[in-house]
Amino acid sequence: MKRFKDVEHLLRLAVFFLAGLLVFAIARAELVPESFGKLGHYRANAIDDVRARPIAYAGQAACAQCHSDVVDLRAQARHKGIACESCHGPLATHAADPGQMTPKLPDARPLCVHCHAANTGKTKRYPTVDIKEHAGDESCISCHKPHNPKLS
Amino acid sequence: MDTSRRDFLILGSKMFVMTSVAASAFEHVLAGTPEAAATYNTADHWWAMVIDIEKCVGSGHCVKACKLENGVIDEPYYFRTWVERYHVDPLDMDHPKVDSPNGGIDGFPETYPDSTTTGKTFFVPKLCNHCVDSPCTQVCPVGATFRTNDGVVLIDKDYCLGCRYCVQACPYGCRYIDPRTNTADKCTLCYHRITKGLQPACCETCPTGARQLADLKNPKDPVHEFLRTHQIQVLKPQMATGAKIYYSGLDGSVR
Amino acid sequence: MHGVQGFMYPNEIELQWSILIVLYPYITGLVAGAFILASLERVFNVQAVRPTYRLALLTALAFLLVAPLPLQLHLGHPERSFEMYLTPHTTSAMAMFGFVYLWYLMVVLLVEIWLDYRKELVLAFRASTGLTRRFYQVLTLGSNNISPASLRIDDRVGRIVTIIGIPSAFMLHGYVGFIFGSIKANPWWSTPMMPIVFLFSAIVSGIAMVMLLYIVLNWWRRAAIDMVCVDTVARYLFYAFLVDFSLEMLDLIHRIYEADESFRALDFMVHTKLFVSQIVLQIVVGTLVPIALLGAMQLVRVAPRVRVNVYLAAGILTLIGIFAMRWNVVIGGQLFSKSFLGYTTYKLGFATKEGLLPAILLMILPFGILAVLLRILPPWEPAASHEPDAAPEAAAV
Repeated sequence: MKRFKDVEHLLRLAVFFLAGLLVFAIARAELVPESFGKLGHYRANAIDDVRARPIAYAGQAACAQCHSDVVDLRAQARHKGIACESCHGPLATHAADPGQMTPKLPDARPLCVHCHAANTGKTKRYPTVDIKEHAGDESCISCHKPHNPKLS
Repeated sequence: MDTSRRDFLILGSKMFVMTSVAASAFEHVLAGTPEAAATYNTADHWWAMVIDIEKCVGSGHCVKACKLENGVIDEPYYFRTWVERYHVDPLDMDHPKVDSPNGGIDGFPETYPDSTTTGKTFFVPKLCNHCVDSPCTQVCPVGATFRTNDGVVLIDKDYCLGCRYCVQACPYGCRYIDPRTNTADKCTLCYHRITKGLQPACCETCPTGARQLADLKNPKDPVHEFLRTHQIQVLKPQMATGAKIYYSGLDGSVR
Repeated sequence: MHGVQGFMYPNEIELQWSILIVLYPYITGLVAGAFILASLERVFNVQAVRPTYRLALLTALAFLLVAPLPLQLHLGHPERSFEMYLTPHTTSAMAMFGFVYLWYLMVVLLVEIWLDYRKELVLAFRASTGLTRRFYQVLTLGSNNISPASLRIDDRVGRIVTIIGIPSAFMLHGYVGFIFGSIKANPWWSTPMMPIVFLFSAIVSGIAMVMLLYIVLNWWRRAAIDMVCVDTVARYLFYAFLVDFSLEMLDLIHRIYEADESFRALDFMVHTKLFVSQIVLQIVVGTLVPIALLGAMQLVRVAPRVRVNVYLAAGILTLIGIFAMRWNVVIGGQLFSKSFLGYTTYKLGFATKEGLLPAILLMILPFGILAVLLRILPPWEPAASHEPDAAPEAAAV
């Protein structure tokens, strides 16, 4: 027959563990972020954090609002499928307040070769040149207008 | 007062209100605050991307644009999206030669590295596949990476421990640890843009339209026609990750 | 790019998991192995290894306390590590491991040690004064009853705890194997055998460590080495080694035979980048030589002095070999590209957060802790036998 006295130390151990579990339960209630679990096993507010990132590229539609003349010119030419910012870089700050930020024109020579340098990876119909043979050291835009590049 | 002046005043005030709302909404769009986009409902969208290998010319504009839009670190070499160039020699089809100089951010050198002219060369843009059965979200110990209800896999930078388990679990190598925040980072499909009706930066700046955002739940999205008329592959289908970056014209040699 | 051969996906060039993540399975392996040795006596009544029982438990505790430290140093945000306990992702082996660790530490190891040492702790409490008295009082949780009846109850409960402890120890280290083995993206890691291989190599390393400590500490104390004990421990080490080696060879043969898409890339890696760590250190120096030495001692009768030295050599080589095994799994799994077209290099720093220096310090720390534990809870007194229903004898204090 087990006397209480002989198992008392085990009860002390049990109380010690229960206290630990209690501390854990309290910590959990206090520390888990409030939006956690609302949509899945993650902090739902994290989605808002991601969406709050500022925009750097305004998008073609924004450019067209003021520069419709350029858009019309390009629409006739080979570069019509390229978004303005693909060459001109991110311009959302310029679109929001044109006076605040004047975009710097891209350097044509390194930019044009990204697409037009001769490379076995390009499809046959795509216009490519060996840039040294074609233009030496000259800039591409000394002959080709970037918005309407075909030489007439 | 007579009817026409009253009408004019009503019409004028309506236009005034609408213009100012539109202007402030655009401001919100640019500033990226979430309040204005409160009308976005995740249940209406299921995001994916279509990449047409035959159109990619390796310009690298997507790589550059992604870094600028998302503030991705330049040094040493982390990329949320990058372009690989493959050269397949018919005598050694199992071992393509692949390179990706600085992720392809400045395009590719003009001639192929060892000037071979036999075989074929093509470019493969890569990014996070936003898998439906994503192994990275499966292994995250705390729920710091997750898939949204509209199919985009995101990272919670305020919760991530930086344990790197997700980086190990991704079969595609699209994740890395941002040394500035010591947390995991990867392509978000420009979630902050697509939820406001904009294109991801990579699709916006692709000069040939090789990369196209797709909303599979939108019946009017051109992706449906594209999927019908092209042979579609995903990367590493044997991993059964439910990858949602659909490639057209992906050669069997692509790793 | 420096250090890269062939092609690697850009984000793969830098290794994610460093030497600290090599240390971690090594340390938890020692814990699991030491505990299995202790359970040989407690549960399976292998009386011969009795003298190592308490030493094995204390070794397990010393290493278990250090185990989370390499992880904390490695994390990008160690201050957020408690999130694993608050919001564990049940699909993540890493998250579940936090609870396995906590369970093993609190419910198995500490309880077992407490129950086994409670009598000594109470006696120490009664015999000391001042701050030391308070210290022992805390350790006894305030209990002061060491009647034969209570000690018999301790013994019964302790036996149950050890029985629960054996699968818990398997889980503790098997989970680490599963953390690697469940990653389908990595063919060097992805195999159902990974938890089993890890577990058996853990048993080998743990037994070797306790055997070494027993020999070295008794030399240092100028106490006699119980040859029956050490011969039995060495025999169990030999058996565990045979199983471990068979499992690893099975994995290797299977890979070579099936030769799937990853095989050539991995084979090249083993023959070049991992040649020293895998072929030389893990297989030859760390497995074949110790197996030969231990096997020889089973077949040939030599003088006890010689035998002890052979065991010492075998034990040291084993510990090196098992460390090499962990290195080959963790680092090896990150040296090749998932495109199977290239390789990178592991750049190990020295005095950096995840460099060689912290790794060395973290390996020395458990011995420091063990020294303290040996002081507070000496394992050397001839305590009562753990045979079931035997009356506990009064221990000489």
